[in-house]
Amino acid sequence: MAAKRKTPIKTRNPDLIRGVGKYSRSKMYHKRGLWAIKAKNGGVFPRHEPNPKPATAVEKPPKFYPADDVKKPLLNKRKPKPTKLRASITPGTVLILLAGRFMGKRVVFLKQLTSGLLLVTGPFKINGVPLRRVNQSYVIATSTKIDISGVNLDKFDDKYFAKEVENKKKKTEGEFFEAEKEDKKKLPEDKKEDQKAVDAFLIKSIEGVPELKAYLAARFSLKSGMKPHELVF
Amino acid sequence: MLDSGTGWRTGGRPEVDRWRLYVRGTILGYKRSKSNQYPNTSLIQIEGVTTKEEVAWYAGKRMAYIYKDKVKKNSSHYRCIWGKVTRPHGNSGVIRAKFKSNLPPKSMGDRVRVFMYPSNI
Repeated sequence: MAAKRKTPIKTRNPDLIRGVGKYSRSKMYHKRGLWAIKAKNGGVFPRHEPNPKPATAVEKPPKFYPADDVKKPLLNKRKPKPTKLRASITPGTVLILLAGRFMGKRVVFLKQLTSGLLLVTGPFKINGVPLRRVNQSYVIATSTKIDISGVNLDKFDDKYFAKEVENKKKKTEGEFFEAEKEDKKKLPEDKKEDQKAVDAFLIKSIEGVPELKAYLAARFSLKSGMKPHELVF
Repeated sequence: MLDSGTGWRTGGRPEVDRWRLYVRGTILGYKRSKSNQYPNTSLIQIEGVTTKEEVAWYAGKRMAYIYKDKVKKNSSHYRCIWGKVTRPHGNSGVIRAKFKSNLPPKSMGDRVRVFMYPSNI
């Protein structure tokens, strides 16, 4: 690659109108200095040795030729984009969950995962909501924001929340039932530690704001006379 | 009576009893003209919504018609038909809704729950 020029290169052949250049082929040949390159190389354009081709495996003739021409399906190069995050949702926003086990709970938004789901935490000590994923459509963003700049969220991604794949083990009936019961009940200790680590910082920020802790502990609910289309969140 | 939708979870505690995340709606009937009705679309009156402009907030929101039956299905006597708000109907805040399966005629006058999701706030 040639060294980068300070000014972008101007075309040597400006357009008179679109598709028609000012200079003819022979003039351009002269302008580009191809005569000088040839002269330098003894009257012939310089040629480079082609890169040695990688050794191709010996291809065996196929065993089976289909009788009719098989149509190849068209290539699909579409890459799905991640869900667009609403402008009202920024890291540290307090969200209200609208559905699911924790509906009505006010919860702190941490970050958006690559799958598009939102990573959210209670914090657990305040309202019992653990680190959880939530869909954007099932959430109302309030205007309350908490500072979460000190929290390290790198280790949380969709794989963290994937279901544990149980190994298929062949056991005797007695052993089998016992083992199953144990596995299901326990939450692995490292997940509890992760929760505590994230919440420790958050709770400090929350306690700094008056009444925020009680706000997060309380549930949202529609009361008589409340009209959601008139509420400002 | 069906409004204690969270009844099975409350255990009588007030903070948990008064916990509604849906807007109440009334089923007015089917979309109709004087002598013909079209049961695939129902008309719903949402509480507190009185103009066509206010309905815009509710467009696309999901709703559920919940009813009881003698026979237990999925270990519960309660059954549900899901639907969504499609568009306003007229100028006074009535909405049109389409349900997964048409609402039964006995539902006219009954309660419907209009949820706040899919949310756009």
